[in-house]
Amino acid sequence: MKKLSLFEVAYKGLLRKKTRSLLTVLGIAMAAWVLVSLFGFNRGYEASLNRDIDNLGFQMLVVAKGCPYEAATLMLKGGTGLKYMDEAIAAAVAAEPEVDGVTPMLMQVVFDPNKGETGGLAAFLGVDPLTFPRLKSALPFKAGGWFEGPEAAEAVFGYEVAELEQREVGDLYLIPEKEVEVKVVGVLERTGTQDDGTIFLPLKTVQRIFGVRELTSIGIKVKKDADLKAFEDKMYKLPDVQVVSLSQVKTTIMTLVSTARVLVFSIALIAILIAVMGVVNTVLMSVMERRQEIGILKSMGALAGDVFKLVWLETVVLCVGGGLLGTGLALLTARLTEVLVRNLLPYSPSGGLVAIDGGLVLMTLGVVTAIGLASGVYPSWKAARMRPLDTIRSEEGW
Amino acid sequence: MSAPGPFVLEAERLRRVYRRGPEEVAAVDDVSLRIERGSFTSIVGPSGSGKTTLINVLGCLDNPTSGRLVLDARTVFADGRGLSEAKLTRVRRNVFGYIFQKFYLVPTLTVLENVVLPFTFFRKPGAEEDIGRLLRLLGLEKRAGHLPGELSGGEMQRVAIARALVNKPAILLADEPTGNLDTARSEEIGRLLGELNAREGLTVVLVTHNPRLAALAGRTVELRDGRIRAA
Repeated sequence: MKKLSLFEVAYKGLLRKKTRSLLTVLGIAMAAWVLVSLFGFNRGYEASLNRDIDNLGFQMLVVAKGCPYEAATLMLKGGTGLKYMDEAIAAAVAAEPEVDGVTPMLMQVVFDPNKGETGGLAAFLGVDPLTFPRLKSALPFKAGGWFEGPEAAEAVFGYEVAELEQREVGDLYLIPEKEVEVKVVGVLERTGTQDDGTIFLPLKTVQRIFGVRELTSIGIKVKKDADLKAFEDKMYKLPDVQVVSLSQVKTTIMTLVSTARVLVFSIALIAILIAVMGVVNTVLMSVMERRQEIGILKSMGALAGDVFKLVWLETVVLCVGGGLLGTGLALLTARLTEVLVRNLLPYSPSGGLVAIDGGLVLMTLGVVTAIGLASGVYPSWKAARMRPLDTIRSEEGW
Repeated sequence: MSAPGPFVLEAERLRRVYRRGPEEVAAVDDVSLRIERGSFTSIVGPSGSGKTTLINVLGCLDNPTSGRLVLDARTVFADGRGLSEAKLTRVRRNVFGYIFQKFYLVPTLTVLENVVLPFTFFRKPGAEEDIGRLLRLLGLEKRAGHLPGELSGGEMQRVAIARALVNKPAILLADEPTGNLDTARSEEIGRLLGELNAREGLTVVLVTHNPRLAALAGRTVELRDGRIRAA
């Protein structure tokens, strides 16, 4: 070994106060962790929300006035307070020029005493075998396919309900309370949406079994070039229905998330500022304690620029070390973050909520390196302008 | 270690004044001195006599207030004007090796890493080829991989000497190098400096208040109140 690089000298210089260096690295790591998780969440949440909405197959839902919120509450409590609308509305909507396709749906819920330990709700969605598969073409089948005909006593099980009920294609299923058997003709792959817990039946079959001639919702796919806003306004004019635009839902959710994001951004910014203060303090203290050593370095030939680079490198090593550790932690704890976020948010889409990729990792490392470079300037400048004699002679701080 | 020639360092009427409140104190006062190439000079005197200030001025670690300082025919200081800090650094790394009472070793670097530390900033051509010989000369070859914390005081000072010599300086300036050592270790370091001067032809300037150590030098300069009393 003939020569030590400046990096080695900087790195080994940090090792003399291991605990202090480690705490500083941890401070930076925390800031990097927050940064990566936050940006990862931002990307992941939006992507999952978009995926969920795309998987729905339609951009707009027409429901009976007063239905969605009250019905949802009743359903959660085990009630059946669903509101209905006339079937003719579906035909009226389909006649609009902006519409690419409509699919009428009838949701029914019954109490299944065999579900879980104390029983639970079983949801049946009556769908039109002609239009629903076309609009929901993204739904993947694990086995089997859609119904034979519009009034067939057949069912397609969502992934989770098939697992729970232990049903496969060809099995029979007895609808609780109604004592009617249907044949399982298809089982869906896991989609990560509410479809996983739904049993699909032909619309007319549900209407017949439950004795309801009406609908609970109509899914609408609008043509790509249509003015969504104008069409929405037109739908609002229909009597006794209300329109739920999924783009509105998405905007509302993203607005809520953005509000939370601003708060978290502020916290991240504060974390970064604290980390920067920690780095400046650590390096400044280190420089102060090593005044005499810096004097010796200068006496042995180190120019002011060399000392500046040495101290600057120490700062960058601390920050990059913290950045790598924080990014690693963020990657390792992404699942945990996801669980926490899911519990905290009133609504979260299915699928991954935290998406961390190479670009995000590089961006974070770039940010912490920039922080290191910026926070190292003052201590480095302070060290570089020391005169060797003053530092060698000094016993006290500046 | 250096080319032959009559004088390597010439000081003429050097004066270094410090201001202490309203009072001016001349730590070095009208000192003229010639250090010959390959000589071993000791500077002695009681505490506060200006020994350290003089060696710092001679070693370009401090600028004199007035007087003239010439290094190998190059004027470093004259008529109240000196070189810039960057130029002084270049002079220092080309000409001098320094050792101090404290060893100032980097505790997280091994003996060998401490010795070659100056190469990080500056390396004279061919200097690295002599590292093995230097370690043997100073009895450090078996300690090369040890950390300073594992060494005795005498060994640490020998590491500091090796570090000072690694870039083949023309002059070794030693300011109380045995101040932190016991008698046996002091004599060991003294003998070593004598050998470096005698065998290697190294010019040595030693500041000490230890008469036994001073006696090892070929010439002794005695300072009193910043002035040369006897040379």
